[in-house]
Amino acid sequence: MTDAATARNLAPLREGYKYGFVSDIESESAPPGLTEDTIRFIAAKKHEPDWLLAWRLESFRHWQTMESPRWAKLRIAPIDYQAATYYSAPKRQNAPRSLDEVDPELLKTYEKLGIPLNERAALAGVAVDAVFDSVSVATTFQKTLAKLGIIFCSFGEAVRTHPDLVRKYLGSVVPQGDNFFAALNSAVFSDGSFAYIPPGVRCPMELSTYFRINAAKSGQFERTLLIADKGAYVSYLEGCTAPQRDENQLHAAVVELVALEGAEIKYSTVQNWYPGDAEGRGGIYNFVTKRGACRGARAKISWTQVETGSAITWKYPSCILEGDHSVGEFYSVAITNNFQQADTGTKMIHIGRNTRSTIISKGISAGKGQNTYRGLVRIQPKAENARNYTQCDSLLIGDQCGAHTVPYIAARNPTARIEHEATTSKISDEQMFYCQQRGLSKEDALSLIVNGFCKDVLKELPMEFAVEAQKLLAVSLEGSVG
Amino acid sequence: MLEIRNLHARISEGREILKGVDLAVKAGEVHAIMGPNGSGKSTLAGVLSGKPGYEVTAGEVLYRGRDLLAMPADERAREGVFLAFQYPVEIPGVNNMYFLRAALNAVRKQRGESEMDAGQFLKIVRAKLKLLEIGDDLLQRGVNVGFSGGEKKRNEVFQMAMLEPKLAILDETDSGLDIDALQTVARGINALRGPERAIVMITHYQRLLNYVVPDRVHVLSGGRIVKSGDKDLALELERTGYGAYGDAA
Repeated sequence: MTDAATARNLAPLREGYKYGFVSDIESESAPPGLTEDTIRFIAAKKHEPDWLLAWRLESFRHWQTMESPRWAKLRIAPIDYQAATYYSAPKRQNAPRSLDEVDPELLKTYEKLGIPLNERAALAGVAVDAVFDSVSVATTFQKTLAKLGIIFCSFGEAVRTHPDLVRKYLGSVVPQGDNFFAALNSAVFSDGSFAYIPPGVRCPMELSTYFRINAAKSGQFERTLLIADKGAYVSYLEGCTAPQRDENQLHAAVVELVALEGAEIKYSTVQNWYPGDAEGRGGIYNFVTKRGACRGARAKISWTQVETGSAITWKYPSCILEGDHSVGEFYSVAITNNFQQADTGTKMIHIGRNTRSTIISKGISAGKGQNTYRGLVRIQPKAENARNYTQCDSLLIGDQCGAHTVPYIAARNPTARIEHEATTSKISDEQMFYCQQRGLSKEDALSLIVNGFCKDVLKELPMEFAVEAQKLLAVSLEGSVG
Repeated sequence: MLEIRNLHARISEGREILKGVDLAVKAGEVHAIMGPNGSGKSTLAGVLSGKPGYEVTAGEVLYRGRDLLAMPADERAREGVFLAFQYPVEIPGVNNMYFLRAALNAVRKQRGESEMDAGQFLKIVRAKLKLLEIGDDLLQRGVNVGFSGGEKKRNEVFQMAMLEPKLAILDETDSGLDIDALQTVARGINALRGPERAIVMITHYQRLLNYVVPDRVHVLSGGRIVKSGDKDLALELERTGYGAYGDAA
C-alpha cells in the first residue's frame, strides 16, 4: 500500500474515538500510590466493615509477593503501580434515590455515550446499574426486582445490606491470590455490581452495567458478583466505553459467577474501550479475571464477549464445572486493529460427571493488530463422560497483523471426548470486489463479511446487544481495507 | 447505453491486453463477444465492472452518457452495471438471501426507491427462483458456499434477475454447464431482454447463442474487435474456428 493510500485509509480512524471526551465532574480522589494506607482510605471512604478491610489487606500483602504474568503473547510497557490513583468518586454524588437526584453532568455523559439511562431503562426493559468511575450512581428497576426477591445493586450497597451473602461468596470463585491482577483487584476494588437471584426465580429482564473510565489516571477496579440460586435464571449484560486519554489506563476487574443446582447464568459483554490511536499511543490496559462456578448438578454458565476496544486485552472467562451434567459455554469475538493486542480465551475445568463445554472463538486481526486465542480444556479424573467442542477461527485483514492459537488440552479421564477445530482465513480482494459489484460500498462489504464470520457468536447475544455489536465491528475495522 | 472508444488496458504493471477496443451497445440490444483464449474477453469484463488489478492506458467508456471509468466499482453497480462472474467467489457465513437483499436495497436506494420489506422481497424471490429452477435451500446457504459449478452460474443469473440491471455483462456464464442447465440459464437471460436493457455476453462457444439469439456478434482477438456481424457470424466461427482472425497471443 502506498503512503498516500495508507493515509487515506487511516483517515476515518483519525477522526477519533467517538466517545473521547472528558466530563467536568470534580473527583474526590485518593492520592496516587499504593500502600496499606491507600487501602484504609478506600475502606474508610466507603464505610466498609472491618472484615472487608481485613480481606483487602490480606489480598494486598499477597499481591506484594507476586509478579505480573509474562506468559501471554503481549508486549506491555512496564506499569508503575505507584503512579496510579486507586480511588476516585464523583463528588456531589450523595446517594441519589432517583435519577432526578443524579448530577446532570453525569447524565449528560451517558447521553453522549448513547445510554439515555431513564429512557433506556423504561423502553428496553433493562435495569441499569451504571458505574461511573468507581461509584455506582443509579440503580433502576430495583423495586420490580425486589418483588421477586432479586437483589441487584452496587457492590458497595450489597456489602451494607447483604453482608452475609457477600461474605459467603466473595472470593469463592476467584480467590484473593488467584493471579497478580485478581490480587490487586481484591486489595483495591472500588465498586461494581452485585446480583442475587433466589431459588426458582427467572429474572424477567436483562440486568446490565455500563462501565466507564473517566477521571485522569484513575485505575478502574470493578468487582462483580452474581449468584443464581437453585433453579434460577439470569441474563447479565456488560457494556463499556471510555473517553480518550493519552496515557495508558489500567483496568483490572474481577467477575465471579456462582450457579447453584439447575441454575443458569448468561453473561454477555461488549467491550469498546479506547484502543489507542493509529500510532499505538494510549489506550486501555485491560486485565480481567472472569470466572464462573457451576456448583450444582445441571447448572449452566454461558459467557459471550465481543472485544473490540482496549490497547491490551488479557482476559479468559472461565467455567468450573463441578456439578454433574453442568454446562459451560464461551462465545467470543475479538478484534485487534492498528497496534491493539489481545490475548484472550477461556478455561473449561471439568470436574463433575457428564459435564459439557463449548468454545467458539472468532479472532479478527487488522492493521498491525496481534490476536491470540489461549484456551484450556481440563478433564479431571472423576469427570466421567466429559465432552468439549472447541472451534477457533481467525480472520486476517491485510498483511501486517497476526493471529495465534494456543489451545491447552489436559484429559485425565479416558472417557473424555474432546474436539478441536481451527481455521485461519483472509478477506480476499475477490470477496470485496464481488460485494462491491453487487452495489455494496467498501465499508458495507467489509461489515457484511466480518459479521458473517462472527455470526455464530453474535447470535448468542441478546437482540439489542447484537445490533450494537454489529455496528461496533464495522466501526472498529473502518479503514482497514485498502 | 454503452460506448467504448479506443480502449487500451493492461494488467497493473504488466503487459497490455486490450489494444484499442471500439464497441457501441444500444439499449434493447444483446451483443455477444467471442474470441479465443487470451484474447482479452475477461479483461474487458473486468475493466467495465471496475475490478482492481487493471489499468486503463488510453481510450474512454461512456455509460448512459457518463464516464464509466471514473466511477468506483460499487457506484457502477448501483447505477445498473451488473457482472455475472465467471468464477463467483464464496463468502462463508453470509446468508445468500441476506446478501441479495442488501445488494437489492443498495441498488434501489440509488434509484430513489424505498427499501423492500421482507414480504415483498420474498414474493419476487419465489417467482425468479422458479424461472431458474433453483431450490429454496440455496438461499439459506452461505453465498456460493458449497455450490456446484452449475449452481453458482444459476445463482449469478438469479441475482441479475433480482437486481434488474441496465447493462448486464455475462462473463462465460455458459462455461461448465450441461445442456439442461444451459437452457435454464438461457431462459433467465431471455426473460431479462427488454427495450431498456443491454446485455453483453462474453463466451467462448456458440452454443449459448442457440438459446439467446444475439443482435450483434463481435470477434475479439489480440485485444481488438476484429470482426462484427449478426448471429450468422457465430455460426461461421463455429465452423471455421478463430484461426482466421490471427493469433490471439
